Amino acid sequence: MTELVHDYYAYWFCFGLLTLGLYGMLLKRNLVKKVIGLSIFQVSIILFFIIAAYKDGGTVPVLDERLGVAESAYYINPLPHTLMLTAIVVGVATLGVAFALLIRIYGKYGTLDEDVLIERMK
Amino acid sequence: MIPDHVAVISIVVFLLTAIIIPLVSRWGDRLPYAMAVAACAVVFILNAIGLPAVLAAGEIHYALGGWEPPIGIELVLDPLSAFFVLMISGVAGIVLWHSSRPVPAELPGRGSVFYSAALLTLGALSGMVLTGDLFNLYVFLEIAALSGYALLGSGTARAAAATFRYLILGTVGASLYLLGIGLIFLETGTLNMADLSAILAVTGLSPLLVIGIVFIVAGIGLKMALFPLHLWLPDVYTAGSTTATALIAPLGTKVAAYVLFRLLFFVLEPDWVRVDLPVTTVIGWLGAAGIVWGSIMAIAQDNLRRMLAYSSVAQIGYIALGLGLGNAHGFIGAMLHALNHACMKACLFLVSGNLRAAGRSQSIAELDHSLQRSMPWTAAAFTLAAISMIGLPPLAGFFSKWYLLLGSWEQGSWIFLAVIVISSLLNAVYFFRVIERMYLAGGAKTDDKAPERLDRHVNLVAPAVVLGVGLLLLGFANVVIVNFLIRPMLPGGF
Repeated sequence: MTELVHDYYAYWFCFGLLTLGLYGMLLKRNLVKKVIGLSIFQVSIILFFIIAAYKDGGTVPVLDERLGVAESAYYINPLPHTLMLTAIVVGVATLGVAFALLIRIYGKYGTLDEDVLIERMK
Repeated sequence: MIPDHVAVISIVVFLLTAIIIPLVSRWGDRLPYAMAVAACAVVFILNAIGLPAVLAAGEIHYALGGWEPPIGIELVLDPLSAFFVLMISGVAGIVLWHSSRPVPAELPGRGSVFYSAALLTLGALSGMVLTGDLFNLYVFLEIAALSGYALLGSGTARAAAATFRYLILGTVGASLYLLGIGLIFLETGTLNMADLSAILAVTGLSPLLVIGIVFIVAGIGLKMALFPLHLWLPDVYTAGSTTATALIAPLGTKVAAYVLFRLLFFVLEPDWVRVDLPVTTVIGWLGAAGIVWGSIMAIAQDNLRRMLAYSSVAQIGYIALGLGLGNAHGFIGAMLHALNHACMKACLFLVSGNLRAAGRSQSIAELDHSLQRSMPWTAAAFTLAAISMIGLPPLAGFFSKWYLLLGSWEQGSWIFLAVIVISSLLNAVYFFRVIERMYLAGGAKTDDKAPERLDRHVNLVAPAVVLGVGLLLLGFANVVIVNFLIRPMLPGGF
């Protein structure tokens, strides 16, 4: 039972972040807080890929003369990291679009509170 | 030689035009419009060349940048993807043709940005269809989504508020998809669809894979507005500007449905998702629930655009139901319905745009026969599309429902059979209500003087009529389409 905590604590942390992000997105009434939740949600998935790519005792995937190409198991797979670079860019773009929409909403309705917004949109 | 490069050129034409448009827009106000329509026409012609070549010679793989798959990213042109790109470019071309008036009227001074975002969306949708790589699919999914938010959110502040909700839910969907492919990557070490399919054929399903598949289905389900994940859709389609809605409503959700078809039936073994892991059954039942719920909600609406939005939820349900049947007739019905619904929904939203352009309200209660007198062609196009939507022969909508009925019959799913028949009746209720008001309801006292002709602008009327007549032609040509285009795309195991 302890190894479930000891070996996988990073995944538990990641899972916690995911839940936190989902909570912020769905239950917070302020639209900016929803965007913050969205960001946490995305970051938790990025962290998930990075955690999964980690290898105990592994090294960077650059040819090491002491290891050579024969001991390829010691190199960490760089693919998840590069994929997550793209995912980070996507996340930044999403935030940009979200804030642009929020500026438009605030300019017209003068509020970012969901309840007030729904009231004023009627 | 051209067919080898159709896949990559289709995407590049869209993306390159999207970049060039803001640069050249200073030399002419009409230039962005012309270039956007021209880009769609080019892609349409390219794929009209590519599709027969693929049907004759088998699928064409294109390794991007010369990196051979599975290390590099590849684009795959096969009967299914060529069919979808043809549909995307064709419908989008007609919708953009219509946009010459609505865009300057609704988004003054922002035409070039609008067309740029529209082409980005189209390029990304084509990319989602053509790619053979799971992560590349995610990137295209996000490009399509982000430019789609920009398209739908421009215009009124109400549209921005609705789009914000869509952004939150859409990003959750895309992130769940990313989490799903992450789990699949961890288990198999590959992102290439063909490679993944080959590896899975040896290793079979494992718990991690099953969780990955569930995440992917949930994420894409959000994107395609599968009941009960459709809550973002009605507000967005109601508030969006005419051209943005007419562009996204027929295409966006279909391409998400395509992703499910591609992953469940082509990458995975069809028997896993039909028998071992009843994913398709769940999707089919959700589709059936969506059909009934969407139709009932559509009846309750007074706003024409909102009614069309709820009817979209129902129509996506048909495609999901076809997927859920998991047999040849279900597959054919779903594909045919994707094509038919793209044409029908584009036509109906263009008609609603024409009402807006003529300064008429979207309220169904305020419609009367003065509309038919002042805009006869628009009313005729609406009627054709509405009858097709209900599913009366010889219009296209009848045949896709017929194949779905055949599929349900083969499967012995009496409930699906009942759902399709009942929903056709419900469709009849909400569309005949509009047609009745359009043609028969006496309203304002316009009878004594000759009505003002409002649909004299060819660019507003012709696209809607072309789509309406196209539905008739699709209906007559359905045997050709099914036998020569859709049957060759059936995956192994059907």
